[in-house]
Amino acid sequence: MAEAAIADHDHGRPGFFTRWFMSTNHKDIGILYLFTAGLVGLISVLFTVYMRLELMEPGAQYMVIPYTATADSIEGTFDDATAALDAAGLSGYASAELQSLESSLTALPADDDGRIEISGGVRNDMVDTIDGLIDANPQAYTALSGLKNVLDGDPDGHLWNVMITGHGVLMMFFVVIPALFGGFGNYFMPLMIGAPDMAFPRLNNLSYWMFVAGTTLAFCSVFVDGGSGPGWTYYPPISTQDGMATDFAIFAIHMSGASSILGAINFITTFLNMRAPGMTLFKVPLFAWSIFVTAWLLLLSLPVLAGAITMLLTDRNFGTSFFAPDGGGDPILFQHIFWFFGHPEVYIVILPAFGVVSHVVSTFSKKPIFGYLPMVWALVAIGGLGFVVWAHHMYTVGMTLTQQAYFMVATMVIAVPTGVKIFSWIATMWQGSISFKTPMLFAIGFIFLFTAGGVTGIVLSQAGVDRAYHDTYYVVAHFHYVMSLGAVFGIFAAVYYWIGKMSGRQYPEWAGKLHFWTFFIGANLTFFPQHFLGRQGMPRRYIDYPEAFAYWNQVSSIGALISFASFVFFLGIVFYTLYAGRRVTENAYWGEHADTLEWTLPNPPPEHTFEELPTREMWDKHPQH
Amino acid sequence: MAHAKQHDYHILPPSIYPLIGAVGAFCMLTGAVIWMHGSAPWLFLIGAVALAFVMIGWWSDVVTESNAGDHTPVVRIGLRYGFIMFVMSEVMFFVAWFWAFFKHQIYPMSAYEGSQYVTPEFYQLDVFHLPLMNTVVLLLSGCAVTWAHHELVHGGDRKNVANGLLIGILLGLAFTGLQAFEYYELLVHEDWSFGGDRFFGTFFMATGFHGAHVIIGTIFLTVCYFRVLSGHFTAEKHVGFEAAAWYWHFVDVVWLFLFAAVYIWALG
Repeated sequence: MAEAAIADHDHGRPGFFTRWFMSTNHKDIGILYLFTAGLVGLISVLFTVYMRLELMEPGAQYMVIPYTATADSIEGTFDDATAALDAAGLSGYASAELQSLESSLTALPADDDGRIEISGGVRNDMVDTIDGLIDANPQAYTALSGLKNVLDGDPDGHLWNVMITGHGVLMMFFVVIPALFGGFGNYFMPLMIGAPDMAFPRLNNLSYWMFVAGTTLAFCSVFVDGGSGPGWTYYPPISTQDGMATDFAIFAIHMSGASSILGAINFITTFLNMRAPGMTLFKVPLFAWSIFVTAWLLLLSLPVLAGAITMLLTDRNFGTSFFAPDGGGDPILFQHIFWFFGHPEVYIVILPAFGVVSHVVSTFSKKPIFGYLPMVWALVAIGGLGFVVWAHHMYTVGMTLTQQAYFMVATMVIAVPTGVKIFSWIATMWQGSISFKTPMLFAIGFIFLFTAGGVTGIVLSQAGVDRAYHDTYYVVAHFHYVMSLGAVFGIFAAVYYWIGKMSGRQYPEWAGKLHFWTFFIGANLTFFPQHFLGRQGMPRRYIDYPEAFAYWNQVSSIGALISFASFVFFLGIVFYTLYAGRRVTENAYWGEHADTLEWTLPNPPPEHTFEELPTREMWDKHPQH
Repeated sequence: MAHAKQHDYHILPPSIYPLIGAVGAFCMLTGAVIWMHGSAPWLFLIGAVALAFVMIGWWSDVVTESNAGDHTPVVRIGLRYGFIMFVMSEVMFFVAWFWAFFKHQIYPMSAYEGSQYVTPEFYQLDVFHLPLMNTVVLLLSGCAVTWAHHELVHGGDRKNVANGLLIGILLGLAFTGLQAFEYYELLVHEDWSFGGDRFFGTFFMATGFHGAHVIIGTIFLTVCYFRVLSGHFTAEKHVGFEAAAWYWHFVDVVWLFLFAAVYIWALG
């Protein structure tokens, strides 16, 4: 019926510019969101590959400020080393090798001031040569490592800080939210509730373009003026230091926040006002519910962050003292206000993935979702509790024990609704006839890994245990398990689940499965060893580490390279599918258990859908609940 | 394009305004960064003009669409939901400023063990003179707008609607003028400063953001005033008016909290 109403007026499609730059169509805007988030995601992943390469071995290999000096002072350094060898009773040790190394370095081209820069391959060869001499005679260690430490320059700690900050800000604000909330939320939430479009289609496009503008500002904060590096949390006093880059970052977050608030208003209004006739609140599909709850979290938490970073901005540029102790301000105040936003933010990231997983698990288990009503209330409970647990990110700042006890208990309570969700997914699969298609693999991977991340979260929620784990790699492992392996698996599940619907073409199943297994292995290899590193006491956010941490760091870096290769393969799958994938003509190509309203539409759906609103028989497949 | 539309929702044609708006906002913020770091404010101003252009053009389109009958009852409900949530997000924005204020009011840094910080002596203004007067001015303005709203909804004289709005707008302007006068007195004659001690920042940013919202609300009411004069709005259909009135009451309520906390508690 809906198809018949649509088929006869597919003419008059808008031109390219009108369609993609002036869009008021939720499906086109959703696609724009997905592509942009994918591109930003690729760049942000490249940052991490660079970082993992640097962490692959102890010492600085790639992020280095090269040693730069005149030929005379290089000779002086070699003279010092020779003198040190003499003092150690090793006169004449390796004098020929050192001589030839010295002459090869001093023969390098000098700049106008006569200074020579030891960088790149020359530097690495120099380090290898000296390491070889030390290995050949360990007694020369003291004398020659002094030489090496001078000539190999300094680790570029600021560049490292800029990379982790850029990675965090981009992934949090400009990849995961836009992909799940902006992308899939835009495309499928209105379809699932039978709405012809979003409530405010023009505002929807403003959300998208402000996200693009915010992304551009975020890239400015990485590349302009040396980059901004206080970490994505932007704690003062580091973030109140000089430099344009941090001001760009603050405005990037303002822009992204405005974009998400407008999006949230749009989603909530659409959900409340535009459901298909007869679709009461507890008949709404779970993905639409997850978007609705997420939208409330965004609406209520982001403005508070906007206030906090505005205070940061005036502290930085206009001399106020919100966070400056010498003017009566309090840096801890920022942490409180920040995490009042920051904790809901992590549920903003994960809740839409919960929604996706619910549909995928039900579809491929060929059963309706187990416990629909508890699933809805669990979403609401997680959203509500998300607002009252923020200070568990700050146990070590000197809160009273009473405060710590409260935040600890409140945090652990969240495990209850989360457990309801996990067990309901498992119960949905129970006695189902499961087909292990790629989306299902990612959904099962999600359940498995999100549970692992949730369990380490319970560990970290203990204020006492957090004394040991705070700011270690254990925390890094924990939140990457819930985000990189949780939210991102949710995104992949959604892509494979819906790409046929969005493009009209299906991905090759073998390729999807290969992507899943390489990514599953790669990501676990990356993050599981980080638990060990954290337990050994390796702090997060450092460019270098002692030899003792070398083994698991190397494993982790190899895992990161595998994940990266897998991600590039995924991009290949997407482009192959879009241009050459097998066409899918059946509306509900995953079978009868994919029974929400988007499966009543052709692949891809026409420009305007549900011009005649769907009837109850089209969506009410399980009238029992 | 929606030839076969069989529902009451509003399907919009493509629009260039969102793109221009985002580009304008980008220019404005980039311009603000380089302005704060010593460049001339040109880029900022260009962005601001672009944004103003977008606001005027976009909202003119909305008014045109309303007059064309696109705002069916269900669309009007959606517009109201949207505006209520916008106001909620604004409330949460003020939560951050009140949080900063309450934190220091209840736990000043000087009370922490080992703190070297001493709260400086500064001029204490008499909150029951000018600030109280300003409170009354703003509340009376809210009353006038409510009167206009009442006249509109209950089919009263349209002249009263316009007059109520006009009184509301003039009192709003009076509030802004009195607030500017108070800032002037404090900054020029009483040795207060914008930066420096944390109290000044909290005071000026919280009341300043409120003031900015008063100005925005005044503009909104002014637009409604001219729409009333042009014969827009009926007793059933007046979403724009309603939104302006809600916004104005939100501004009122925030001021009452500011007056109770920042003025009476901290300065009284």
